[in-house]
Amino acid sequence: MAGKIRVRAQLKDGVTEVKALMRHPMETGQRKNANGEAIPAHFITDVKVTHNGKVVMSAYWGAAVSQNPFLGLSFEGGAAGDEVVVEWVDNKGETDSGTTKIR
Amino acid sequence: MKNALSEQGFSRRGFLRAGAAFAAVAALPTKVWAAMARPEAVFKAEGMEGTFAAMGGEPADSADIVLESPDIAENGAVVPVGVISNIPNTTRIMVMVEKNPNPLSAVFMIPEGTKPEVQTRVKVAQTGMIYGVVEADGKFYKIAKETKVTLGGCGG
Repeated sequence: MAGKIRVRAQLKDGVTEVKALMRHPMETGQRKNANGEAIPAHFITDVKVTHNGKVVMSAYWGAAVSQNPFLGLSFEGGAAGDEVVVEWVDNKGETDSGTTKIR
Repeated sequence: MKNALSEQGFSRRGFLRAGAAFAAVAALPTKVWAAMARPEAVFKAEGMEGTFAAMGGEPADSADIVLESPDIAENGAVVPVGVISNIPNTTRIMVMVEKNPNPLSAVFMIPEGTKPEVQTRVKVAQTGMIYGVVEADGKFYKIAKETKVTLGGCGG
């Protein structure tokens, strides 16, 4: 768990708004380097967001999601101090996560 | 925790029909809570027609989906897209980009209690339509809006 995902979770009128910024090259596999060699695809395939251990969103991504991806979502409930965790897995099996407490 | 993704995976008939190739991919050993139910055939489909075919048919147009996307994107590499569904029982939201090599960019699973809305950023290769696709009660719906791209998002 490298923990490089930046996560914010803010409670407003009974709804928790989550914003996550991940660090990832999101390489499509269709670009070439200066020598004309294809740069291998390297992108996040699975994302999961949990609130106190319960999944509030999961996602499958393709290589068309932008570099250093952003994800925004909202869920009902949540209380100040509750834990929100964002995790991803990429096509090379690498993972990262980020944890925050609802404010 | 381990199977959190697969629990609400792609069980729709259209997706299943779409792929022996997908089944082969799903059979590969994957790490952590990855990819059991990833709709690989839809991700790999080319063109909107091919993508809809892989889903089992073209979604119905719907005015109950709000697609937040720019009219003009100066940088196609980072185009903010938001999809809000006002269709009851929305379980999945998808973002598709017409002119990309593979239109399907992302699939978001919306469990009960989560608002049927999502924001992200995608690459857009060239001027064309961006689609917000919603699944509710097992049916697909769509809305589309054009984004003009000044600088493409998939070049070198």
